Amino acid sequence: MKYNKVVLPAMALSLSAFLAACGSDDTTKDTDKNASGDAAKELNLLITSEPPKLHPQLATDSTSGAIIGNAFEGLTTMVNGEPILAAAEDYKVSDDLLTYTFTLRDAEWSNGDKVTAEDFAFAWLWGLNPENASEYPSILYAIKGAEKYNNGQGTAEEVGIKAIDEKTLEVTLEAPTPYFLELTAFRTFFPIHKATAEANPNWFTEADSYVSNGPYNLASWAHSSEMVLEKRDTYWDAENVDIEKVNVAMVESETTQMTMFDNNEVDFLGAPFGTISLDSIDRLKSEDKLNVSDLSGIYWYKFNTEDDVMQNENIRKALSLSIDREGLVKNITKGEQEPALGIVPNSVAGFGDDEGYFQDANYEEAKKYLDAGLKELGLASAADLEIKVSYNTSEAHAAIAQFIQQGWTKNLGIKIKLDNAEWQVYLDKINGGDYQVGRMGWSADYNDAYSFLEMYSSAENGNNQTGWSNAEYTKLLKESTTETDSAKRLEKLLEAEAIIMEDMPVAPIYFQTNLNVVSDKVENMVPDAKGTINLKYVDVK
Amino acid sequence: MLKFIIKRLLYIVLAMYLIITATFFLMQLAPGSPFASERDLPPAIEEQLNAKYGLDNPWYIQYKDYLVDTMTFDFGESMKYTGRSTNDLITESFPVSLALGLQAMILAIGIGILLGVVSALYHNKFPDYAATIIAILGISVPSFILAGLLQYYLSYKMGLFPVSGWKGFSYTILPAFAIAITHAGFIAKLTRSSMLEQNNSDYVKLARAKGLGKWTVVFKHSLRNALLPVVTYLGPLFAGVITGSFVIEQIFAVPGLGRHFVTSITNRDYTVIMGTTVFYSLILLFAVLIVDILYSVIDPRIKLKGAKK
Repeated sequence: MKYNKVVLPAMALSLSAFLAACGSDDTTKDTDKNASGDAAKELNLLITSEPPKLHPQLATDSTSGAIIGNAFEGLTTMVNGEPILAAAEDYKVSDDLLTYTFTLRDAEWSNGDKVTAEDFAFAWLWGLNPENASEYPSILYAIKGAEKYNNGQGTAEEVGIKAIDEKTLEVTLEAPTPYFLELTAFRTFFPIHKATAEANPNWFTEADSYVSNGPYNLASWAHSSEMVLEKRDTYWDAENVDIEKVNVAMVESETTQMTMFDNNEVDFLGAPFGTISLDSIDRLKSEDKLNVSDLSGIYWYKFNTEDDVMQNENIRKALSLSIDREGLVKNITKGEQEPALGIVPNSVAGFGDDEGYFQDANYEEAKKYLDAGLKELGLASAADLEIKVSYNTSEAHAAIAQFIQQGWTKNLGIKIKLDNAEWQVYLDKINGGDYQVGRMGWSADYNDAYSFLEMYSSAENGNNQTGWSNAEYTKLLKESTTETDSAKRLEKLLEAEAIIMEDMPVAPIYFQTNLNVVSDKVENMVPDAKGTINLKYVDVK
Repeated sequence: MLKFIIKRLLYIVLAMYLIITATFFLMQLAPGSPFASERDLPPAIEEQLNAKYGLDNPWYIQYKDYLVDTMTFDFGESMKYTGRSTNDLITESFPVSLALGLQAMILAIGIGILLGVVSALYHNKFPDYAATIIAILGISVPSFILAGLLQYYLSYKMGLFPVSGWKGFSYTILPAFAIAITHAGFIAKLTRSSMLEQNNSDYVKLARAKGLGKWTVVFKHSLRNALLPVVTYLGPLFAGVITGSFVIEQIFAVPGLGRHFVTSITNRDYTVIMGTTVFYSLILLFAVLIVDILYSVIDPRIKLKGAKK
């Protein structure tokens, strides 16, 4: 054998060209094009990961939600924070506000079949069927018998969902739900094509088998790489859909995302289509590119009230009052977030007046609470106190924790230990009560105060995590669910908020914002208070 | 030779068993559940999910199932990507990593050997210093820094290549380079030192004395012997690059296997952890075996243990 042809460098380049050509066969057609000024109404977007569950009843993450929300359509859809009719052309509510009767409009699935009331009933019951292990069935619990069926204590027949005929869907509720028409705009309430779902349980994992009823059809899906949404000409409101094609790349790295935007490879950056990294915020602000809007979400520090130290209300108040929220959002998070002096965000009607329930960075008051708390705990000075602050690994959470740690150490003289863990481990800790102070966030799926207050209605609620409960609070929340007068309902919820802020099992920190940048050719691309974008209403010049 | 290969295959089986067992128990010990999420999961649903994936069985039953699944190469459905099988994830993403990895490897070998040979031939002269500096830089600059720089200057500033994605040849060049440079540095250092060793040996001196040219001696005589340490490095390198680089795939949005390795662990996606671990181990073990076999081909003096004398 002869090995004397080591002309590797030359071969390297030619071979690599050949290999790459082989390697690129399995992806979608090369749509390399100049990103500026093409006549076709195309929109280039990105999402941060492969959507794990592109199924309306299974999705729990905003990435999947962003795609599902544009491929499917519920009975209603949200426009400017208000529900308007979508797949339903009309609805009636009974006098006791318990029965909603929806009349569906003439509409087709992407495979040409008619959208029927049966599809809706099937999808909702599918989501409630415990065997399907939908991870977010509780949003359907507003419907009569839904919770019992989901917990295996009732049957599907007992659930208040009935397809009267092909175009009439009757829904009976557990109690009057003033935001029910907003719920029906949420993905768990979307229909699925019954025949498809029954024939192929994995219909939602490939573009070929994907059947949807919204303005866009999933035309192609190269896993972990790119998906393409195409406008459906048979969609009932197609004439009002401006964008014909949406290319959605999957890009994890925030730096890469920003470079792509700067390079005009994507037209929009920011939730739910990508993220804006902390370190580019300053630059985007100085270039006057950054758009900020309210998001119905909160960032808070939960106190474990079953912990020896944290069970002390005065200590909790001392900690909460001595957080400099204003300084935090100005210097650390920088996203023009609103310092939170209550639980329910400003984007919820009737909430979030500027007064709040306490004064931000009120060190004097905090010291008083601290002294009282130390006395109750039998401690001589703040230096005898060591508190652990837990958060899940991330640059932003670490920066916030360090800022707060510094404040508490400086203003209260308490020793603060930081403790971070990766996400899945962190959840285990928080849910298992293995923490003292822990960071969490909450964003509403329906823009109502109940979404923020309900989780604390009992210590057993899985989203409470603080071990705190209060009989009066629970009573008020329960009453609010049956109150048909909206002004009185609001009053009860405000009262409840006052109670939880009095006991302070959580320290609200800031209300979240939507941050995004949009290319000049795109119009009306503004996320709503829930951070969703309906591409149907977006235009491209 | 055959005896040697059979023996080595048995070792591979044993090693696989140990790897599989270790992975299983490490997964059992790691805190965190694949189904935990920001929103609380109703207990009934969690039970359903555990039952669906057999996580409600005692550990020894799970272990048995796990071994059986591995034997049959059926790793089940991903716990994160509902409805998608682990085998699908691997068969989809591996070709991408393979193509990118081979490209990177060829680049690394080409650049590395070239630098190493130039270094050795011009020992202690300017080209040697220049090549050594390049090699050292390649080794010491982390690939994600290099990737970022390549992306910024070549894509964004000069517009020569797309920033990220995987839609054709132009998309592969930057990630391949970013992966290759580190390895090229290593190969250059290995080649240089073993070439220098060869250059002092009698047969090279004789060849030079016969009046053969510098490059002729390199290609006809010394390079082949000098490449032996490089070949040693190629096995693990091959296994490493063709299974994808997590960081590079993340930065360039390449839909490869490297990402699944890492994210499956953070997601506690047990089925995918298992699938990718078994897959990667097999590739690594076989790569090492092939390298050992290649040894005897390159250098007839090396006798494989167990081969006929």
